[in-house]
Amino acid sequence: MFEILSDTFSDNGLIVSFALVGITIYFSYILSDKLTRGRVHGSAIAIIIGLLLAYIGGVNTGGDQGLADVGIFTGIGLMGGGMLRDFAIVATAFGANLDEIKKAGLPGLVSLLTGVIVSFVVGVFIAFAFGYTDAVSLTTIGAGTATYIVGPVTGTAIGASSEVIALSIAAGLIKSILTMIGTPFIAKYIGLNNPRSAIVYGGLMGTTSGVAGGLAATDPKLVPYGAMTATFFTGLGCLIIPSVLFLITRTIVG
Amino acid sequence: MVIYGVALLSICMLAGVILGELLGAAIGIEANVGGVGIAMVILVLLVDYLKRNKKLDIKSEEGMGFWGAMYIPIVIAMAANQNVVAALDGGPVALLAGVVTVFVSWALVPLLSNIGKDTSSFSEEEIGGTENVRNIK
Repeated sequence: MFEILSDTFSDNGLIVSFALVGITIYFSYILSDKLTRGRVHGSAIAIIIGLLLAYIGGVNTGGDQGLADVGIFTGIGLMGGGMLRDFAIVATAFGANLDEIKKAGLPGLVSLLTGVIVSFVVGVFIAFAFGYTDAVSLTTIGAGTATYIVGPVTGTAIGASSEVIALSIAAGLIKSILTMIGTPFIAKYIGLNNPRSAIVYGGLMGTTSGVAGGLAATDPKLVPYGAMTATFFTGLGCLIIPSVLFLITRTIVG
Repeated sequence: MVIYGVALLSICMLAGVILGELLGAAIGIEANVGGVGIAMVILVLLVDYLKRNKKLDIKSEEGMGFWGAMYIPIVIAMAANQNVVAALDGGPVALLAGVVTVFVSWALVPLLSNIGKDTSSFSEEEIGGTENVRNIK
């Protein structure tokens, strides 16, 4: 009996994940209603439950894909993987307003550049405070603080140790997870309620998954604007961190 | 037909991702530069064009709307996919770097949102500017 069940689940992975996510969202909205009287958005609770499940999955399997490493839940990996995530992000642009995007072109660009540089500088300072003094390690950790993709790309390019690269990925993951969870709570204090600030938000935070999850739990209408700039962040980071910012860091620390 | 909308979406995404890869290769980095963002811009322009020429029927729109609505469930699945264990295993350097960056970036959002804002618009002059009013209070 158990075998039949587990075989059916493994053979229909994607379908299992649709059912699982649907049930999770259903209970999240009940929790949102009953425990917080709707103050904490149902999607925010669902994302937190998702992260908890990812933690449980990671602890139990030792893998690096959260719940997707558990045999019967591999479909979660497909549903939440890069392909469908990007497809759904593009689909949200269907509801975006062309004029709003045009108006926010300049602040979008400025926020992208500021976002990459600020994240990098914060990462470098904190790494320095913890005793890292060589330019390669400092740059790699700073790059990881930008996003967890820029970290390993930069580290590999400039020859950082695997320990430092792992650290840079962890810094990027923390940023992404905190952005997912924190955005709905901070939104009203930073004026995150219109397309323009959402575009700026995407450019400053840069983590596509963080911005995507955070804005979804804040106001789904803002998603396309934030996601649009966020997808340029990693590319810009990969461009300027291993080159310009690495050279500047090396000049400063010697 | 529903598939027309889905196909349109797919074509936009593929075009964007290919352009992003080309852009990355052109500037010599091994990463997709803004592929998804480019795809979104293409889609917005295309939908705008098709709507103005009344070439987009409701069924096609439903095909796109469905995937847009699946976005939040997909993001939740994505959350369940994250390497949360590794993030927490990174120790104080990773934790602090991630947390401080997020807070600093949050603080910058209101500042940058004001860039290039049309502050001298007539309606605002008329009421004396909302910010000044708030200060007086």
